[in-house]
Amino acid sequence: MLGAFLKKGDVISGAVLAALGVFIITQALAWDYYTLDGPGPGFFPFWYGVAMVVLSLLLVLNAARADPDGESKGVDWHATGRAMTVWLAFALSVGLMDFLGFLISFALLAFFLVAVVFHRPFLTAAVVAVASALAFHLIFPVALSVSLPTGPLGF
Amino acid sequence: MEIASGLLHGFAVALQPGNVFWCFVGCLLGTIVGILPGLGPAATIALLLPLTFKMDPAGGIIMLAGIYYGAKYGGSTTSILLNIPGESSSVVTCIDGYQMARQGRAGPALAIAAIGSFFAGTVGTLLIALFGPPLAEVALKFGAPEYFSLMLMGLVAAAVLAQGDMVKSLAMVALGLLLGIVGNDVNTGLGRFTFGVNELTDGIGFVVVAVGVFAVGEIISNLGEKERREVFTSKVMNLFPTWDDLKRSFGPIVRGTALGSFFGVLPGTGPAVASLSSYLVEKKIADDPSRFGHGAIEGVAGPEAANNADAQCKFIPMLTLGLPASGVMALMLGALTIQGIQPGPAVMTQRPELFWGLIASMWIGNLMLVVLNLPLVGLWVSMLKVPYRLLFPAIMAFSAIGIYSVNNSPFEIYLTALFGILGLIWMKLGFSLAPMLLGFVLGPMLEENLRRALLMSRGNISVFVTRPISLAFIIATALILAVIAAPAVRKRRHEIAD
Repeated sequence: MLGAFLKKGDVISGAVLAALGVFIITQALAWDYYTLDGPGPGFFPFWYGVAMVVLSLLLVLNAARADPDGESKGVDWHATGRAMTVWLAFALSVGLMDFLGFLISFALLAFFLVAVVFHRPFLTAAVVAVASALAFHLIFPVALSVSLPTGPLGF
Repeated sequence: MEIASGLLHGFAVALQPGNVFWCFVGCLLGTIVGILPGLGPAATIALLLPLTFKMDPAGGIIMLAGIYYGAKYGGSTTSILLNIPGESSSVVTCIDGYQMARQGRAGPALAIAAIGSFFAGTVGTLLIALFGPPLAEVALKFGAPEYFSLMLMGLVAAAVLAQGDMVKSLAMVALGLLLGIVGNDVNTGLGRFTFGVNELTDGIGFVVVAVGVFAVGEIISNLGEKERREVFTSKVMNLFPTWDDLKRSFGPIVRGTALGSFFGVLPGTGPAVASLSSYLVEKKIADDPSRFGHGAIEGVAGPEAANNADAQCKFIPMLTLGLPASGVMALMLGALTIQGIQPGPAVMTQRPELFWGLIASMWIGNLMLVVLNLPLVGLWVSMLKVPYRLLFPAIMAFSAIGIYSVNNSPFEIYLTALFGILGLIWMKLGFSLAPMLLGFVLGPMLEENLRRALLMSRGNISVFVTRPISLAFIIATALILAVIAAPAVRKRRHEIAD
């Protein structure tokens, strides 16, 4: 149930935001709150942290008071899982850029998305990956002289 | 007189070949993203922000503005022909627009949408030209206390007037403000929340947050969804509305323009509020409300005009006060800032070519959009055949290249990926992204003005309530909070959101 999920989600996000707020306040208390030149480096973080804690508590409170059966639309866990997979692939390709260069890591990402996320044949995925990487290489480094992270092969 | 000469100067700037070109590029891209569901104007503007670094400021902002209002035109096309709102503000147009298309009247629906949008765009442009200069003149007299109170009001209004949960929106503002303080403190040089990472000493880049949250987050979220696009291949015949269509549409277009202009200047009212309000008004005052939902042309004319007037008028607070009224306006403000331009009333006096050039370009852009959207409608619809599996990986690569090209820093790409997943989580949990971006953009200015105000008053906090304009903003902030927090208003908000 979406209502129950959001309620649970609100409680968890409220708790995470409250923890973040407490961390911000703790850090801010270690810095000058007010100096001769006006508010010190701790002034704004302190008040933002306080605002965060108050708002996150309100969020939890609202979630506790909300009617969990108020909405009946189901959560599409499959879609959420797919989105998370795509993000992981993106994050991995970004991490590989330093070692493999932009073009190879991007080609791997494109291959993964076409073959795994969109369920297309491997050959199609390979063609899309190579063609789009080549197009990006021709447009950015070659035509527009935009430098991109390079790998051991020099591109 | 001053306005006439300003507009003349604006047209001289906007009609320079380079600026006409960028205006066209913006309108073209806007039409495309308006048509394609899953990629909105905010994501596109965020993606193209790095490109504007190397552009002339006027050309850059003209292009970004073109994307924004161009998407409004494009969004109506798919709403009418396919019952797919390419843009959230076009949802209302689906109701009667699609019914008209089913009755074989897609042409008149598209034409009225374009005419209404053009009329509203023209009025919106005139309103900016009329109200911009006097508002900016007043704002030039503001001191630090007035600016602080105004920004506080803007942030609170943007959060509480936004669709969705008010507490969540306010929490997002606080989060944006917190992200804005990362980096070395301007006065003392103390590193705040840099965790020993050198790249964070200058703070988190605006482009990183914008691209991460709006572009990567949105694309990832859309890649999670299955493609559900039904492509319409029939040709649209007879674009000309009948005399009766025109007579029926005149009133709704005028009323929609007025409503859209009103909602446009209010911070945080969201893109769908103006068009939905116009639809509800037209249905309420209609002689026969039962026609609505079954192909009433008034249900297309009013919302489309409101939608476009809202988009144009969102520029008024941004250009005159430096106060963004929406997430897209925060992106525009960021685009000005990265060009080294301090947004606010001084833009009009110090960079008149930018202010007037942008206003004039909006009218030219609206004209381009009518030409682009009506005769070429078949081309745009066939564009829906482009498979997302080709489009989205390319957009992800483009976002990474854009980020890297700013500072040649791989760290910023990592950070963008991090903001991408955060954007996805926030979206899934029902947190609005725009208030966060507003907090992030306005945070440093809010701090600077508070600091200056307290220095001015030697630490006396009463400076915010002893100066009448500042006091008025503070009272308005408190009133907005009180009204929105009232149980009856909260209940009604939930009903409207449902």
